[in-house]
Amino acid sequence: MSDHEYVPKSKAGKWFNDRLPLLSLASHLTDYPTPKNLNYWWTFGGILTFCLLTQIITGIVLAMHYVAHADLAFGSVEHIMRDVNYGWLIRYVHSNGASMFFLAVYIHIFRSLFYGSYKSPREVIWIIGLMIYLLMMAAAFMGYVLPWGQMSFWGATVITNLFSAIPLIGDSITTWLWGAYSVDNPTLNRFFSLHYLIPFLIVGLVVLHIWALHIPGNNNPIGIDVKKPSKDTVPFHPYITIKDGFALLMFMIIFSGFVFFAPNVLGHSDNYIQANPMVTPAHIVPEWYLLPFYAILRSVPDKLGGVILMFGSILILFVLPWLDTSKVRSAVFRPIYKQFYWIFLINVLMLGYMGAMPAEGIYLVCSRVGTVYYFLHFLVVMPVLGFLEKTDPIPMSISDPVLSGSVEPSLAKKDNEKI
Amino acid sequence: MSQTEKKTNRRDFLFTASYTVGAVGLGAVIWPLVHQMNPDKAQQALATTEVDVSQVEAGKSITVLWRGKPVFLKRRTQNEIEEARAVALTDLPDPQKDEERVKEGKDEWLVMVGVCTHLGCVPLKDKGDFNGWFCPCHGSHYDVSGRVRKGPAPKNMEIPKYEFVDNNTIKIG
Repeated sequence: MSDHEYVPKSKAGKWFNDRLPLLSLASHLTDYPTPKNLNYWWTFGGILTFCLLTQIITGIVLAMHYVAHADLAFGSVEHIMRDVNYGWLIRYVHSNGASMFFLAVYIHIFRSLFYGSYKSPREVIWIIGLMIYLLMMAAAFMGYVLPWGQMSFWGATVITNLFSAIPLIGDSITTWLWGAYSVDNPTLNRFFSLHYLIPFLIVGLVVLHIWALHIPGNNNPIGIDVKKPSKDTVPFHPYITIKDGFALLMFMIIFSGFVFFAPNVLGHSDNYIQANPMVTPAHIVPEWYLLPFYAILRSVPDKLGGVILMFGSILILFVLPWLDTSKVRSAVFRPIYKQFYWIFLINVLMLGYMGAMPAEGIYLVCSRVGTVYYFLHFLVVMPVLGFLEKTDPIPMSISDPVLSGSVEPSLAKKDNEKI
Repeated sequence: MSQTEKKTNRRDFLFTASYTVGAVGLGAVIWPLVHQMNPDKAQQALATTEVDVSQVEAGKSITVLWRGKPVFLKRRTQNEIEEARAVALTDLPDPQKDEERVKEGKDEWLVMVGVCTHLGCVPLKDKGDFNGWFCPCHGSHYDVSGRVRKGPAPKNMEIPKYEFVDNNTIKIG
């Protein structure tokens, strides 16, 4: 951080800033030195902030019209769609907003995986980010239950039953979660309460996420440490704000495309049938963003084993900074890791597809292979590559390869003092 | 010196006592906050259901709602009972005799919670490889006694507490 002493110009500003240094904070945020080579994959932090705010604002509005009761919830959602002024718009923005939120967060996470942003000294940023991701999944799951359609009800039944796999106390835990002997009105009520709470917990974690980011500063596409401020950095405002703003506009076009032209394409038509505890839909699938984990759950023929692997597939990400033994951050200079990165990405997409298919025959075989590979990537490939891989030479600074007249990093000179 | 030691001991005692009382107080506050999430009295009050089964013919079944869950009441034919009893216990993932799953003298009546023991879906009747039930969610097969035969479900479908009030009425719960 470049914490130069900031002194407000006006007398009133100085008086206030001495008592609560909000103006110093604003100055830090606008001047925050940012690596000048950040590409568009770095704009998703801003996009995610937008997504969170959109969900909170539309959510607060929806809560003004929604009724959290098993007999009334389904009808109240239809009431929002038909009777409330612009209710259809607000609900479609909220429901598609959840998908957009996950789309952005997956790009954000995979950006981090490619450029090694999770590595020292940014482990804490990474871990806070994963906590946000877990809370997002909890919020999305509970939000999906609120319309009280068939997928809401049976999704809630299947997910809460995961906890019954815990030996001895499992059944008591599920009953406790339900507040009844099955998913019922008490369950709906508490899910609504928690669904309203979680976004504000996420806001708190986002503040910590950004605070932790501002200690070492941004990673960048070539993954080297950058002197701040220097020729390698630009102030956050206006350089990054304008770039983030442009990317956000592009993102909003895609977002609007879903909202206005295909608002139900990411949902499931069974959720327009009111919850019925007597009939399970023929084919239960979670929302698209949870499918890879669902595939892992179903790939294991043992109930407890499946649950352990599913949670394990997310928890393993928390120790990733220590499983990756390579000193080089960016995959740009890691020719072998780069290939494994793409294989891993394809594997996750493949698992997502398998999660949407029935758990039988070839689909089950592919899910099993994908699950094994998922864990192999973290437990074997990442630790071993750090020792075996011969990385390409990394440049001394961001400006170096450009100003020395060559983009070939191997020709980069050692110091940037003379430029 | 000895005086300071004595003072420290006194203080240690006060610390330990304060922490202990504080921990008990914290526990006393947390427990109501946790326990409020367990089923309330209204939920518990729904815990019994009486069913008139006089209209059910042999080989047919009905489904009723009990505590928010479906309960299957199946009047089995003699063939089905014999089929269930012919199964070797070694073929069962959760070994249980058919006799243990019905009331003595009421062998034809199978009363069980119609919830798959895997992740809680409702199995479909007269489906699957064992002439019983099949869960569409993750593919568990149950036999004509409601015992799991194949798939990820770990246990047989649960037999609730029930009794025959008279020949035509079953009280569940």
